[in-house]
Amino acid sequence: MSVLVVVECDNGEVKKSSLEVASYGSQVAQMLGTSATAIAVGEATEANLAKLGEQGISKVLYDAEPRLKDFVNGAYTKLIATAAQQEDSKVIVLANSNIGAAVGSRLSVRLQASLATNVVELPKVNNGQFLVKRGAFSGKAFADVTLQGDRKIIAVKKNSIEALHEAGKTAQVVAFSAQLTDADFADAPKQVVMQDQAGGILLPEADKVVSGGRGMKGPENWYLIEDLAKALGAATACSKPVSDVDWRPHHEHVGQTGITVSPNLYIACGISGAIQHLAGVNSSKVIVVINKDPEAPFFKAADYGIVGDVFDVLPKLTQAVKELG
Amino acid sequence: MKFLVCISNVPDTTTKITFTPDNKEFNKAGVQFVINPWDEYALTRAIELKEAQGSGTVTVLNVGEADTEPNIRKALAIGADDAIRVNAHPKDAYFVAQQIASVAKEGGYDVILMGKESIDYNGFQVHGMVGEMLGIPTVAPAMKLDMNGNTATLEREIEGGKEIVEVNTPFVASCQQPMCEPRIPNMRGIMTARTKPLKVIEPVGEGARTEVAEYALPPKKQGVKLIPAESAGDLIKLLRNEAKVI
Repeated sequence: MSVLVVVECDNGEVKKSSLEVASYGSQVAQMLGTSATAIAVGEATEANLAKLGEQGISKVLYDAEPRLKDFVNGAYTKLIATAAQQEDSKVIVLANSNIGAAVGSRLSVRLQASLATNVVELPKVNNGQFLVKRGAFSGKAFADVTLQGDRKIIAVKKNSIEALHEAGKTAQVVAFSAQLTDADFADAPKQVVMQDQAGGILLPEADKVVSGGRGMKGPENWYLIEDLAKALGAATACSKPVSDVDWRPHHEHVGQTGITVSPNLYIACGISGAIQHLAGVNSSKVIVVINKDPEAPFFKAADYGIVGDVFDVLPKLTQAVKELG
Repeated sequence: MKFLVCISNVPDTTTKITFTPDNKEFNKAGVQFVINPWDEYALTRAIELKEAQGSGTVTVLNVGEADTEPNIRKALAIGADDAIRVNAHPKDAYFVAQQIASVAKEGGYDVILMGKESIDYNGFQVHGMVGEMLGIPTVAPAMKLDMNGNTATLEREIEGGKEIVEVNTPFVASCQQPMCEPRIPNMRGIMTARTKPLKVIEPVGEGARTEVAEYALPPKKQGVKLIPAESAGDLIKLLRNEAKVI
């Protein structure tokens, strides 16, 4: 028996959120007195998979089937279920991502496991009973949830767990095959379209986010947001009204019905802070609000604030970041 | 084509969240409940597709106690043809998924739609569980859904992009924007909704696999530290030296 960790890879690299998942899984394995095995999905290199040893993983299973490079719900579910059966895994840990949610929910039925998503802390384990803390009410509350039964699946929210880095430790990479057939790829994508990412930083994976609202007055002023984001190495985002009027694409919309982000730093520029927007950002570690209206509700949720005109403040911030070097 | 749209009854998005004294349940007192905003995309898109096909039905399904009926009626007013309520407290995603799978199997639905997740429990689980129970594909989260005969073309959001996926009916999709512009009921819809059929059935299956031991609110923020706009650059120093995030 081991803990099975699902590791998502992209362009040969292990995603940051999956390093957190691997660290979570290896710590759970330690609690249970067992080891952590990873099953890698997506496009990975053997060298990068071996480095998962730094996150406490002892063995990585990898199926080099080329059709697994893109996400395919049916095939991924079978691959992971097969690995879980081979490893006799009682606990499966994956990312609370679009892939993790799509696969985890199917796996929970196939493996008769209890499932908790959006998990923000390591579990409390007592006599085989798991108690996990998960986000609920769109970030406005937490729920401690008991997971019943013999098997458990845990989907870990991004940026809630510190990734381990034990330098020099390597994992053994083992070829693995789930004997996938054409039928398993029936729901394979016809086409995959990747967005142009500002500065190459993916919003859901970003450590730092600079976000603009209607206070930016128009899409032509977005260079102010992009300049600061570039200087900080941050991703850019926006509020719902901004994506509704097409100043920015939908995939940048952060909020209740958009993307939920939990970066270390969220800088809101000209966003008043409607409760629906806060729902998408309130698990950020540090929130900075820049708004000329001192009564903007966002200041109540902020750690740092500047009451001032974004057109005046943003260039100053960008300059100050550049001076930091 | 038969559409089944699953809706949750959730606290309005502006609700201040509080819990019962034992912290085991959400405190419903004085709270306005609405159709889960993500589910509104599923509902409106199903109605649009039915209208485009010129035939078919849209059935709304809710797992909930009698207090959810005003929002079921609202869904009927928006344009669904009939409704089913599974008379039970929605204990967890697995419990709810079993109810949906059972109704879907019995009714022979072609397309099963729901929102990406509910804004109260935020599980993002039910779609895949239902698909797996029925042995049919799931597409989650779907940003676009078009039908051509029995084949659906969907755009599925992935981190950093999208996949174009084709599936044949029956299938499950969990919906999110920008799939459509959710509709609101008009007067005629509200009048006709009163007489549309709403069937109440009893739950099936094995119960829940998870249980909430306790809810808690996040720790309160310390309060905002304001930096004068004139010395905005000082913020960057604070972020490095005090908050240590850059």
